[in-house]
Amino acid sequence: MSTRDWPLWEVFVRARRGLSHVHAGSLHAPDAEMALRNARDLYTRRGEGVSIWVVRASDIEASTPDERDSFFDPAADKIYRHPTFYDVPEGVEHL
Amino acid sequence: MKDRTLFEYTLALADDALVSAQRMGWWISRAPELEEDVALANIGLDQLGQARTLLTYAGELEGEGRSEDDLAYLRDDREFRNVKLVERPMTDFGVAMARLLVFSTYQLHLYRALATSRDQTLAGVAAKAVKEVAYHVDHAAHWVLRLGDGTEESHSRMQAALDAEWPYVDELFAPLAPSLAGRVADPAELRDAVLSDVRRVVTEATLSMPEVPSALGGGREGLHTEHLGYLLAEMQHLHRSHPGATW
Repeated sequence: MSTRDWPLWEVFVRARRGLSHVHAGSLHAPDAEMALRNARDLYTRRGEGVSIWVVRASDIEASTPDERDSFFDPAADKIYRHPTFYDVPEGVEHL
Repeated sequence: MKDRTLFEYTLALADDALVSAQRMGWWISRAPELEEDVALANIGLDQLGQARTLLTYAGELEGEGRSEDDLAYLRDDREFRNVKLVERPMTDFGVAMARLLVFSTYQLHLYRALATSRDQTLAGVAAKAVKEVAYHVDHAAHWVLRLGDGTEESHSRMQAALDAEWPYVDELFAPLAPSLAGRVADPAELRDAVLSDVRRVVTEATLSMPEVPSALGGGREGLHTEHLGYLLAEMQHLHRSHPGATW
């Protein structure tokens, strides 16, 4: 059993109901079922989660640092995209 | 002593868990992958936790002031009450998974039955342990399935591992002392349920249930294989060399 045969999986953990799954880290596992179990052992040892997703790392399409300027910089000077023109009434939570 | 047979019964449960935990610890840094190191360490630590509570309770039942440490570290092999299944070396991954499948399936049924027993302390320990052990069964079953129904080599090695463990399975189901009848779980009554669970996994893994004669029992009476002495020497030497050492 060599490492070469065990693909890399990315692990997403949801801390509690109502929150989103958040990337927690990665691990090696022979298949999805074992990846879930390994994730349980590695990332929820101290009661961190109520739900786990695992995704094969090779299935993730990621933006590259080379594309950073064209991807993200144009958003910086478009202040109308930011909801800064609203007055937030007092006492409103979860905003 | 208030209740010698209940003390012996509790000690047997504790020693099974303790010795199994020690064997499981051997795998840390030796499993096929770091992830599996962690999984087996977790399982061993679950078992160790069960052993600690059970040993503490055994000490109370005995009533001679022995703590969990006294019982774990200051008894010789003849005083240990674990089955031989858990004490033998476990340096083959197939053997580790075959043994974990059998032992944790046995523990699962035993703890389930104990959780509704009349002994409040044992019932409490068992109820907590059921969830832990269910995960151990799951882990072992997944590996037995993958190795049994894997490559030609993994299949034959998984079958060899099952065959090697099988002579020691019978000892798990030794009948209860008559004076404990109705008070705690009777291992003899668990046989069919345990073997049927194991058979389901073994069959799905395209393996066959071994048909081999049983080995000589005796673990519950303190008659062990030579391997337990070496295991205890490693497990106990720190405490014996430096009594009361902590960190």
